[in-house]
Amino acid sequence: MNMQNCRVVYGETLVELGRENERIVALDADLSKSTMTRLFEQQFPERYFEMGIGEQNMVSTAVGLALCGKIAFVNSFAVFAVGRPYDQIRVSVCIGKVNVKIIGSSCGISDFGDGATHQGIEDIAIMRAIPNMTVLSPVDGIETRKMVRVAVEHEGPVYIRIPRNEVPDVSGENQQFIIGKPSVIRQGSDVTVFAHGYMVYKALKAADTLQEQGISLRVVNVSTLKPLDEQAIKELAGDVKAVVTVEEHTIIGGLASAVAYVMRGRAIPMEAVAIQDCFGQSALSYEELLEHYGLTDTAIVKAVKKVLA
Amino acid sequence: MSVSAEKIAELEKIARKLRHDIVMMIGAGKPGHLGGSCSIADIIAVLYFHKMRHDPKNPKWPDRDRLLLSKGHAALTQYAALARCGYFPEKELTTLKELGTMLQGHPEMLRMPGIEANTGSLGQGLSVACGMALAGKLDKKDYTVYCVLGDGEIAEGQIWEASMTAAFYKLDNLVAILDKNLVQATGPIVERYDTNPHGEKWKAFGWHVLEIDGHSIEQIADALDKADEVKGQPVMIVANTVKSKGVPFAEGKAEFHHGIMTQEQHETARQLFKDDCK
Repeated sequence: MNMQNCRVVYGETLVELGRENERIVALDADLSKSTMTRLFEQQFPERYFEMGIGEQNMVSTAVGLALCGKIAFVNSFAVFAVGRPYDQIRVSVCIGKVNVKIIGSSCGISDFGDGATHQGIEDIAIMRAIPNMTVLSPVDGIETRKMVRVAVEHEGPVYIRIPRNEVPDVSGENQQFIIGKPSVIRQGSDVTVFAHGYMVYKALKAADTLQEQGISLRVVNVSTLKPLDEQAIKELAGDVKAVVTVEEHTIIGGLASAVAYVMRGRAIPMEAVAIQDCFGQSALSYEELLEHYGLTDTAIVKAVKKVLA
Repeated sequence: MSVSAEKIAELEKIARKLRHDIVMMIGAGKPGHLGGSCSIADIIAVLYFHKMRHDPKNPKWPDRDRLLLSKGHAALTQYAALARCGYFPEKELTTLKELGTMLQGHPEMLRMPGIEANTGSLGQGLSVACGMALAGKLDKKDYTVYCVLGDGEIAEGQIWEASMTAAFYKLDNLVAILDKNLVQATGPIVERYDTNPHGEKWKAFGWHVLEIDGHSIEQIADALDKADEVKGQPVMIVANTVKSKGVPFAEGKAEFHHGIMTQEQHETARQLFKDDCK
């Protein structure tokens, strides 16, 4: 399976787009070596703004640039990109629907070594709560490339969370990315699994295991968390026995909440695989940490069996 | 002297008209930001009616000078100025805070022409102004970005983040004006949370600092002209002002930061300016 690092793909794509479109500018708060905006800085030093270690000012400065016609990409780790400048995103960016793109890098617990302070597990909940914000989570490098391009074409605020580590390609090169549209990665008939990000791959592995046991999983990549295509979710959950959501995010306010709300009033069993209401911590590897918090294919298999029982 | 005596008299009259509009927008028996709106009336009058290059018929003109009220709660002054410049009909000024109005409690760019950004959550406007100034440099445009701050507001840490951006990127197309009216919502700054010394702080942060009487039309106009000559540095004009300036019963009083005028007080205030609005 081909592996790609989404933040490298993001950095390269921003350079490609910067070459095509002079309006694109990038701002970073001393994390450009991690977020990979240093690639943009190397190519377009005059359109890169180092903002020091100050995320609030960075977001509002991006607003000023955007209000003068720039397409401003604000970059930091997910936890800092949405946590520190929450009110700036709310007031400066979203009330006025300003054309600022917030990139939350090293999302979820993908920054395994740095511990709870650096692990953004509630970014989607926070961003979903703000009116006028579009919230995206790419499944792999292929989708990251398309998503960043679509974010430029989309006039208005966009939040994209980007994982830190290499992840396998699971989406098709020919599949179009459209904001709001979930995509079926694997067909199945017993249970629908809604997932986003790296967890889609884990769901695919779970689907392989369950197939051997005679259980058929439909795996859906919900890479747009907001606006959520309610009709599509209802349809994809409408012809199966149960629904499972999987996300590298707290169980509060993310995909589990969003899907549960869409399915309200329907007598369909649901289970959720997510980080329970707790903070992360350091670990020596990403997979070790995922396992600790129950974000594995084994956990998904268990959840499917539980929801069918 | 950069402005004629005639022009000074004209701008003084405009400032009184703005104060009239502020008093009428707030009305009697309802709370409104009288204090911080009146303290910047002279500054706003000089900017919109003398200094700034702008076109009310074309609010999005890319080459316009831009004014941001970082202290967004003083928007009443800006609303009055925009209406009197012709950005929207003056009759709209009677709709403050009504459901669906363009005159929101704090300024909203998508609702009112001439409002450059959404401000009012304090501390954010100077950063937005920095972004606009950076864009001006990038696009090789010669517009100036003006930003009005409050002396209470600058307790917000983001202001100092922005001050470093302005100095680091040598934003000499950015002019900030500190409305030093000495009073925040709950009392005098020096007693509640002292943000002094102002000039020294901004100098230390790399700004060119001027200090003026913020109610002297002549000094305001002179300082704005001097700011044009400063190269390689942003300019901070520390404007010494009086909270609720021009409305004697409210001057210097924290109660009128967001106070309620009685019917009698409102009538007294209206009488002060009514001759200017004939």
